[in-house]
Amino acid sequence: MDLSYGAAAEEFRSEVRAFLAAQWQPGERRGGELKDYVRDFRRKGVEAGYLYRAIPRAYGGSEQPVDVIKAQVIREEFGRARAPMELGGNGVNMTVPTLLERGTQEQKDLFIRKTIEGEYIWGQGYSEPGSGSDLASVRTKAELSADGTKWIVNGQKIWTSQGMQSTHMFMLVRTEPEAPKHDGITYLLLDLNQPGVTRRPIRQMTGEEGDHTFCEFFFDNAEAPVSWQVGERGQGWYVSRTTLKHERASIGSADGLGNQFRKLVELAKEMGRIDDPLVRDRLGEIEGRVLSHRYSSFRLFSCAAAGDDPGPIQLMMKLLLTEIGHDMALLAQDLIGEQGLTEPAGAGARGYRGPRGPNKWLDQIMGSLGNSIAGGASNIQRNIIGERGLGLPRDLAMSGEK
Amino acid sequence: MRFHLTSEQVAIQDAVKGTLGECWGMERLHAFADGEADFDADSWQALMALGVGGLALPEAEGGAGWGLLDAALVCEMVGAAAAPGPVIGQIVTALALAACTNPNTRALLPGVASGETVATLALDSNLVQSARSAQLFLTDDGAGGLQLIEAGDGVEIEAVSATDRSRPVSRVAFGTVTAHPLFAAGDPMVQRVRDAALVLIAADALGGAQHCTDLSVDYAKTREQFGQPIGRFQGLKHQLAHMALDVEPARALVWYAAYAWDAGLDDASRAAAQAKAHLCEVYTRTTRAAIAAHGGIGYTWEYGLNYWFRRSVLNRAWLGSPAQHRARAAELAGW
Repeated sequence: MDLSYGAAAEEFRSEVRAFLAAQWQPGERRGGELKDYVRDFRRKGVEAGYLYRAIPRAYGGSEQPVDVIKAQVIREEFGRARAPMELGGNGVNMTVPTLLERGTQEQKDLFIRKTIEGEYIWGQGYSEPGSGSDLASVRTKAELSADGTKWIVNGQKIWTSQGMQSTHMFMLVRTEPEAPKHDGITYLLLDLNQPGVTRRPIRQMTGEEGDHTFCEFFFDNAEAPVSWQVGERGQGWYVSRTTLKHERASIGSADGLGNQFRKLVELAKEMGRIDDPLVRDRLGEIEGRVLSHRYSSFRLFSCAAAGDDPGPIQLMMKLLLTEIGHDMALLAQDLIGEQGLTEPAGAGARGYRGPRGPNKWLDQIMGSLGNSIAGGASNIQRNIIGERGLGLPRDLAMSGEK
Repeated sequence: MRFHLTSEQVAIQDAVKGTLGECWGMERLHAFADGEADFDADSWQALMALGVGGLALPEAEGGAGWGLLDAALVCEMVGAAAAPGPVIGQIVTALALAACTNPNTRALLPGVASGETVATLALDSNLVQSARSAQLFLTDDGAGGLQLIEAGDGVEIEAVSATDRSRPVSRVAFGTVTAHPLFAAGDPMVQRVRDAALVLIAADALGGAQHCTDLSVDYAKTREQFGQPIGRFQGLKHQLAHMALDVEPARALVWYAAYAWDAGLDDASRAAAQAKAHLCEVYTRTTRAAIAAHGGIGYTWEYGLNYWFRRSVLNRAWLGSPAQHRARAAELAGW
């Protein structure tokens, strides 16, 4: 085992540092001026080959060969310099990789550059009120217009992140109601700014109900050109399974959890409980799992760098993260005690919230429950570990799943 | 950057697994468990013929030039097979001797590295594995240092009915003995020797927990009830998924603790404490869950799961409980 990145990576690191020292000097710029500076900086980052490495130059990327170590060095150095990296969100993480693999030339030309430059913001149109874990049962339907040039969409989608900001949606719609459920779905792109689309924020259990939360969408004869269908008609389920893992592995993927654990230790100090042996023991138990998660992320990174199959551990990371989050929530709740009887200033909204006391942990205490549900519910994760990881026979109700 | 096993390391594990598969099957384990012996010469010699005693020693010391990580990989397989003998004591004693500067004590190294001299740990407890067969006992010197005591005069050994049938302990008392100094109080090697033992106990626990998980998964695929393999039922499937979720991520914790020891990282002691604490918790939970997952067959003596359960009892108490090591880890973290 060796946790250093090697001489070639360190040489590359110097190169990235020199670039950042020369190009990332935001100084006192604020507002629109800063925004322009960031946009220019990102273009330079692309020119240098540091950003949007998986995206061809024709669409605004830097088209670099896959190299997880270089990608990691870039992340570390940009992080250290507090320089902006690629935009996040569903567009960059899901729409662009899907289009690169399955999109038409027209779709790539239309969407990729504007997505990575932040002009287009994408909402995910997968879940429906009647289709949660059983995603392939989606009922939002699309029918061809009489002239065959447009899809006419009717139905409802739910749990769309960034829904209030989204300009477009990638969605799964039923186009072949008579076909077996996996084979009657089409993957469609839709402009959300049209009369047939209504959006509404969902108020969550945290009270959160602002511009940045989940939304539900109602489609009433909304339209999309047929040329915005990705992949074959009826093959949308398989298009949605497209997952590009290009440089996805990151050694810092467990840093968020580690930071949260450090904050939990700080909370124990702040509440005067750090010398309580019971608290220390619970912290120690949680830390054992936090470290297991951290070193397993090293392991996954190492396998990705070497092109080796890491085995079942890759199926476990999400559930592990979720379970550790629950343990932290329970301890945090005990630590804040009566402080948890009042909500912190600005609870349920984003943005500046003013000074916040220990009761700010209410966000994590409730938010950790969201992790059990979003992105594959915990019981689905357990099925995946059991069936794909351990090779146990499939659940009969789901044996038609693909 | 490398944080997964090399093909050579996988080959070491396969070699140990293969060797133990030949000489330490369930029949041998049953016979040993019902017998009086606290040591099995055949399996010991087979392991030592692979170079296990000197695996982690520098090549200049006649070792293989590998590290504690590789020793941990061996102990993982030993734990998986519930193999007998003081393998952890032997490896730790070899590491201690290789770092010892006292020439008279160091003269013991070749015998330990080759496995001809059997060494066991007699630290923090008077219940000692393979005490009736060992020639050397690694103990504290009563003043905060470490020493090796030779079997023979002054070493009183009382047989007990041992819970762990694969590594039987006896009660040992030291009177006026022949002792060889290893490290004096204050020498950093005192803690390093203890840390190495903690990491290897964690590795043994990892192997045992993985074995119990594998057995449970295999059983769930073949055992039928209600006309179905029971592994199809979500209740059991999720229990098995949780066993795997407990064991597999913990593997990297063992690797890190061993790597930190080998590389002399600042957090090596803390990592060893966390690995020992966490893996022994995992082992306890997993052996219990495995017996529950099997149902009636798992509760029988014949099926043999109890041997791993009994090993988990020993590993958990050996050199300090999980709670004690969590408390140490917290101190070392500076909370």
